[in-house]
Amino acid sequence: MSMLNIDLPGLSLKNPVMPASGCFGFGKEFSNLFNLDILGAIMVKATTPEPRFGNPTPRVAETPGGMLNAIGLQNPGLKKVLSEELPWLKRFDVPIIANVAGSTEEDYVQVAKEISHAPNVHALELNISCPNVKTGGIAFGTDPEMAKSLTQKVKAVSSVPVYVKLSPNVTDIVSIAKAVEAGGADGLTMINTLLGMRLDLQTAKPILANRTGGLSGAAVKPVALRMIYEVSQQVSIPIIGMGGIQSAEDVIEFFYAGASAVAVGTQNFVDPFVCPSIIEELPALLAKLGYSHISECTGRSWKKVEQFAHHRA
Amino acid sequence: MLKEHCSVVSHTCIADSVYELVLEGEMTKQMQQPGQFVHVKVSDGLDPVLRRPISIANINQEKSQFTLIYRKQGRGTSLLAEKKPGDQVDILGPLGNGFPVAEAGKGNLAVLVGGGIGVPPLYELAKQLVSKGVTVINILGFQTQGSVFYESKFAELGQTYVATVDGTHGTEGFVTSVLNNEKFHADIVYSCGPTPMLRAVEEGEFAKKVYLSLEERMGCGIGACFACVCHLKDDPEGYSYKKVCSDGPVFRAGEVAI
Ligand SMILES: Cc1cc2nc3c(=O)[nH]c(=O)nc-3n(C[C@H](O)[C@H](O)[C@H](O)COP(=O)(O)OP(=O)(O)OC[C@H]3O[C@@H](n4cnc5c(N)ncnc54)[C@H](O)[C@@H]3O)c2cc1C
Ligand SMILES: Cc1cc2nc3c(=O)[nH]c(=O)nc-3n(C[C@H](O)[C@H](O)[C@H](O)COP(=O)(O)O)c2cc1C
Ligand code: FES
Repeated sequence: MSMLNIDLPGLSLKNPVMPASGCFGFGKEFSNLFNLDILGAIMVKATTPEPRFGNPTPRVAETPGGMLNAIGLQNPGLKKVLSEELPWLKRFDVPIIANVAGSTEEDYVQVAKEISHAPNVHALELNISCPNVKTGGIAFGTDPEMAKSLTQKVKAVSSVPVYVKLSPNVTDIVSIAKAVEAGGADGLTMINTLLGMRLDLQTAKPILANRTGGLSGAAVKPVALRMIYEVSQQVSIPIIGMGGIQSAEDVIEFFYAGASAVAVGTQNFVDPFVCPSIIEELPALLAKLGYSHISECTGRSWKKVEQFAHHRA
Repeated sequence: MLKEHCSVVSHTCIADSVYELVLEGEMTKQMQQPGQFVHVKVSDGLDPVLRRPISIANINQEKSQFTLIYRKQGRGTSLLAEKKPGDQVDILGPLGNGFPVAEAGKGNLAVLVGGGIGVPPLYELAKQLVSKGVTVINILGFQTQGSVFYESKFAELGQTYVATVDGTHGTEGFVTSVLNNEKFHADIVYSCGPTPMLRAVEEGEFAKKVYLSLEERMGCGIGACFACVCHLKDDPEGYSYKKVCSDGPVFRAGEVAI
């Protein structure tokens, strides 16, 4: 019996490991490296109604233990995603989570409505947390009322469950999480990148053409864990956790914090085989830690001992 | 493309802060085109996080070996410089589309224009061109005498001009001074180096066919992250784009905005 299968709203996952949005494109490049069927799911690149070129380069800068990116939601637009990218992915037996973005409520609603009807899209990830676009994006993710209202509108048109992707760039993430739960969100994904900056020693100017960018990678892991720990105790919808995951050990830590599945972002750039490696390593690690199924790990950092009575570690 | 731990065969300082690193690995078999690059993890762990793109300078199929030539400048290349023969280096490659050798026919004149750390991939290119009967002229630009490398190796393959910015070796000035002075009537020009140099080579229209190898900061190196995109020349503000890592790094002059 599998130790890794997980059922979440809209998602029947073989395992809880998936690449994070923006770090895997629409899968094509990685399909040359391994069979995408082994992934739990794929979170594809953000889709906006119209094609977007994104920000000028340089778009990435390195930081200790992480990186900054200011891609600016470059994507081919809804029409092409529906006619080319998603149909191409149908050859794989893997559920797709479509990342929905935009500048206005109407943008989100339009993308959500159309993309949720694509046969291999099993859930939406509402990206209200992109720090790299001038309008929309993060604005919706930092105000509980706006976040709730947008969630309601998207829920009203989506034919699949809606996960809302939370921004860590807020004072009180729990209030945003509760607001989107009240707005009808089926789940949460967290965290998106932390707003940051690097300066060039010679020119004294920012390295990124966009000046600021989103921090990701191992450096953000403690922030992600803390936020998942706080939020998971206050909401009853599941959380897909992300932020600096590099190993099977990291995955377990995210589950302990309160995640029910995880996504891997930046580490795909360092090791394109990281997702398959983690999936392969998880069963042995779980066994070593005394678990018979990964779901036993969710929220273990804060759940009361009695809730685990059936588990004798 | 493979991800492989290649072993260091030799590692030599060949000019001021310039190193020649010979590696052995299975991925050599997949290396065909000059101008392709590899993505190098210079250390285990998190310092630094990202891989470093370095061009393939020489391919030796019989020995399953390939050569990288790089300048030690920042954190990543400084760590790479510490590798010793026998050490393993985590490499992803070969990546990208290199210089089209087939575009030069037997008996054609190809002019290869390189600047600084753009010179290395031209060496494998010159070798492959010469072996198919193309006449090669190399124009290599460096900052100063101390940073010149591979001059005699290039000279074995064709007439070779060196320009240094400070005039301490060869012609004083830039590679374009040589191009402007000599009027080569090349059938094809291949170039790699700093962006201002590539721009000058493009604007000079020194041949009908001109191919340029671009540089951009990279994330994944395989086309998935959109870190390295550039606009198309005929649509400089629009949506159309190319990725330097997977569509390039070599483009025909006039294809992308540089
Ligand atoms: C396709 C391609 C081929 C290259 N081939 C060679 C080669 O054969 N020999 C050689 O010496 N150099 C080459 N470079 C440049 C080389 O990648 C950089 O010099 C190197 O990444 C610097 O790393 P660092 O840690 O020493 O510098 P740092 O400045 O500390 O690096 C910080 C970050 O910026 C990036 N970066 C810095 N400079 C460059 C640059 N010029 N291009 C792209 N990214 C950069 C680094 O990769 C890293 O992510 C090539 C670049 C590209 C894109
Ligand atoms: C280059 C890059 C592009 C990204 N693009 C998106 C995106 O389009 N939509 C989105 O919701 N998140 C995007 N993200 C955020 C990631 O999905 C993830 O939430 C974040 O990077 C934290 O995970 P990590 O530390 O494992 O990378 C991007 C991250 C990176 C590094
Ligand atoms: S470096 Fe990731 S797309 Fe080119």
